[in-house]
Amino acid sequence: MENNIKLNFENYLNEKNFSSSQKEIKEDNFDNFIKNGFPNKRIEDWKFSDLKQIIATNFDNIDFSKKEKQSNIDENLTVDLEHNKIVFIDGIISKIDFSYENEEKVVVEQNSNLEKELSENSLLNLNTAFVSDYTKILVKSGYQLKKPLILFNFLSNDLNNIGLNARLDIDLEDDASLNVINISNENLNNNFLNFRQKINIGKNSILKNYNLDINENSNFKYSFKDINLEKNSHLEYFILSKGSKFLKHDINCSLNREYGSVVLNGIIDLNEKKHHEIKTKINHNEENCKSYQLIKSTLNDNSKGVYQGKIYVNSKAQKTDGYQLSRALLLNDKVEFNAKPELEIYADDVKCSHGSTSGNVDEDSIFYLMSRGLSYEQSKKLLTNGFLNEVIEKITNDEVKLLVKKLMGINE
Amino acid sequence: MDNRQKEIDNLKDYKYGFSTDIENIRAPKGLNEDVIKFISNIKKEPQWMLDFRLKAFERFKQLKEPDWQKPKYPKIDYQDLYYYSAPKSMDNKPKSLDELDPKLLETYNKLGIPLQEQARLNGIAVDAVFDSVSVATTFKEELTKQGIIFCSMSEAIQKHPDLVKKYLGSVIPTTDHFFATLNSAVFTDGSFVYIPEGVKCPMELSTYFRINASETGQFERTLIIADKGSYVSYLEGCTAPMRDENQLHAANVELIALDDAEIKYSTVQNWYPGDKDGVGGIYNFVTKRGLCKGKNSKISWTQVETGSAITWKYPSCILKGDNSVGEFYSIAITNNHQKADTGTKMIHLGKNTKSKIISKGISAGNSDMMYRGLVDIASKADNSRNFTQCDSLLMGNKCGAHTIPYIKNKNLKSNIEHEATTSKISDEQLYYCNQRGLNQEEAVSLIVNGFCKEVLQQLPMEFAVEAQKLVGISLEGSVG
Repeated sequence: MENNIKLNFENYLNEKNFSSSQKEIKEDNFDNFIKNGFPNKRIEDWKFSDLKQIIATNFDNIDFSKKEKQSNIDENLTVDLEHNKIVFIDGIISKIDFSYENEEKVVVEQNSNLEKELSENSLLNLNTAFVSDYTKILVKSGYQLKKPLILFNFLSNDLNNIGLNARLDIDLEDDASLNVINISNENLNNNFLNFRQKINIGKNSILKNYNLDINENSNFKYSFKDINLEKNSHLEYFILSKGSKFLKHDINCSLNREYGSVVLNGIIDLNEKKHHEIKTKINHNEENCKSYQLIKSTLNDNSKGVYQGKIYVNSKAQKTDGYQLSRALLLNDKVEFNAKPELEIYADDVKCSHGSTSGNVDEDSIFYLMSRGLSYEQSKKLLTNGFLNEVIEKITNDEVKLLVKKLMGINE
Repeated sequence: MDNRQKEIDNLKDYKYGFSTDIENIRAPKGLNEDVIKFISNIKKEPQWMLDFRLKAFERFKQLKEPDWQKPKYPKIDYQDLYYYSAPKSMDNKPKSLDELDPKLLETYNKLGIPLQEQARLNGIAVDAVFDSVSVATTFKEELTKQGIIFCSMSEAIQKHPDLVKKYLGSVIPTTDHFFATLNSAVFTDGSFVYIPEGVKCPMELSTYFRINASETGQFERTLIIADKGSYVSYLEGCTAPMRDENQLHAANVELIALDDAEIKYSTVQNWYPGDKDGVGGIYNFVTKRGLCKGKNSKISWTQVETGSAITWKYPSCILKGDNSVGEFYSIAITNNHQKADTGTKMIHLGKNTKSKIISKGISAGNSDMMYRGLVDIASKADNSRNFTQCDSLLMGNKCGAHTIPYIKNKNLKSNIEHEATTSKISDEQLYYCNQRGLNQEEAVSLIVNGFCKEVLQQLPMEFAVEAQKLVGISLEGSVG
């Protein structure tokens, strides 16, 4: 497979005419990727999800050469709320619609100059090597979007054994606010998708980001988000992890100035042989910041769920409030749940706590419901829905909350 | 000056920091087959024991020193250490305490461990290990009457080869990790305990370890076997002289509990922690592992870790027998430049197994404290339960406290609960105590002792008092 990827990369460099500095960045990153390969379980961050193994068992070959032609898209995904949208097909923009907004205040631009960096994460190396131009959404100072922005990600139906790298940056200037919903509708073939996102949230700005991985698909996905928060800014982040065959959310969130706050909630709801992971790192770099995380998982069939969370508190970050809770329900005897909730703290005047539980649904509660006429399956469904609903209720945008409930089949 | 202050001043400095001038026999410096043969030879070991060591050494040569731990340390030159050091007077082993080198006796008296049995009132049987050899074991006769074997490892290899052969390396195999394998190759002495079927050991058994000679590593090996329905409580204490070099201590401790047996293992570790600036001190890289082999067996680890420059250990329980129970209670205190990376592993294999982890970490000064633990419930371990609680207390903003629990669950009928908090002593708590007439240091000591109470009460009486004092002393000067 390695030789193929090398060939893909050579062709790709020849095809596009990069400036010498860009070419160098790409080559350095690519060499690093080839040196380290796909991450395996010997790397601490991948301890519970051995991607190298997963790739080896599911792919004979991954083709990283970009397909220019797009065909056969199921664009029939209707979302029942008023929204702005950007549609990506195979990682390339096909439609931009900001009809509800003042278009001067929201700028969507294509950028092909990547900054020079060499991450230790080999998947980021891969991303930098193969991303030629990436999209940047800029919300100008003081502007608050009236309607949520939906980012649709579609894959062509005939895409198979393809490796796709994409990048999307979001910049909020000061006093801005934006609601973003990521929705993907992907096909049932094996593909490897490597997404990267850089998000900056300016002073007094609010970003609400809802990530919905809802449609059944057979893709293997890695999503890395680098989020920086300025003074008094707020991030609400929500993950619904359900549809993909393999999905790892890797979130690195830094509170760089005072009074920033992060609320990060997630649901992992799996069946069949799916394997999902949420990995978070919240860096408290300054005083008086808050972070709150709640991750709930329900695991059916042969699925595997992983949560790795870390709260890092710098010695300057006094008066930090950090909270982290992971709860999992194991619903079949072949499932597996692994958790690693970490605290790394260097300041003394802090309040940090984490909790983690995993277990089965309470038999007493099932008995209670069954004695009132529900079947076993109904009782179980009711209990797991109630379990997950706690996370959904934390969504502060009512329209999105309703949408998520509908997608999850939870009735009011 | 009031008595309390005097007592504190008296205790403040590491009072076990003296060294005893005793003529030593040493193995040649370095690590090779000849040194291993030398150790085996001087201890007059049978061939199977030598083979055991050489096999471990073969394996050791292929292993790489681990580097994933949080506290980093300068590379240890394993060829620059003495692997065997014994007081010369032990060459012809004394028959009784009267023949023991008076200087040795004096050392142990200074440490507060009188070896003369008549001097003992509280009736604890002691096995004292000095550098590489066991120098004395007390209360032997009384124990023998009950069929309990409590002796040094070397003696056990000579006298009870069947038991040693059967159990040595059965919990920590020779092919285990780097330091455990090193220990298997060069271990010198340690304690051996066998409690026969149905016997409740009438007294606490205790080992006292002391590193005296410089440039030596101490590699002791302890093996405790509790046969069906038996019970034993075992205590371990350690000290070392003050030296400005780092000394390596890599011990292996194996516990085996058969059906319905219970082993309680308590440690008060007070190795020399290095001076205020972090020079010197012991590297305490110990492998402790207990196997609940039989049904309804129980192993309980209690540790109070206040010493050592670097503590790096995870006393573990393998819960193999159905209904077996594993417990881990720990207090780890780091001050100045001390570093600790400690915790436990609970491996649930049998049905209805239970484990409980209570860990209290306190860090002050420039130190770094880490809890790292693993709870692993295998797919066949139905109805297993784990409860973990780890709390950290920070004093000052130059120290760190970290918690890394690994939680793996493969069984749907099992429950795992984990909770952790990090906080500091609040001003309100201090104010409340000050208001009632306690000064700052007394107030801190009181609050910290309260914080640790859950663990302290697990210790046997004799140790609890000492440990409580130690907790207070270790934090002297870290507040205010």
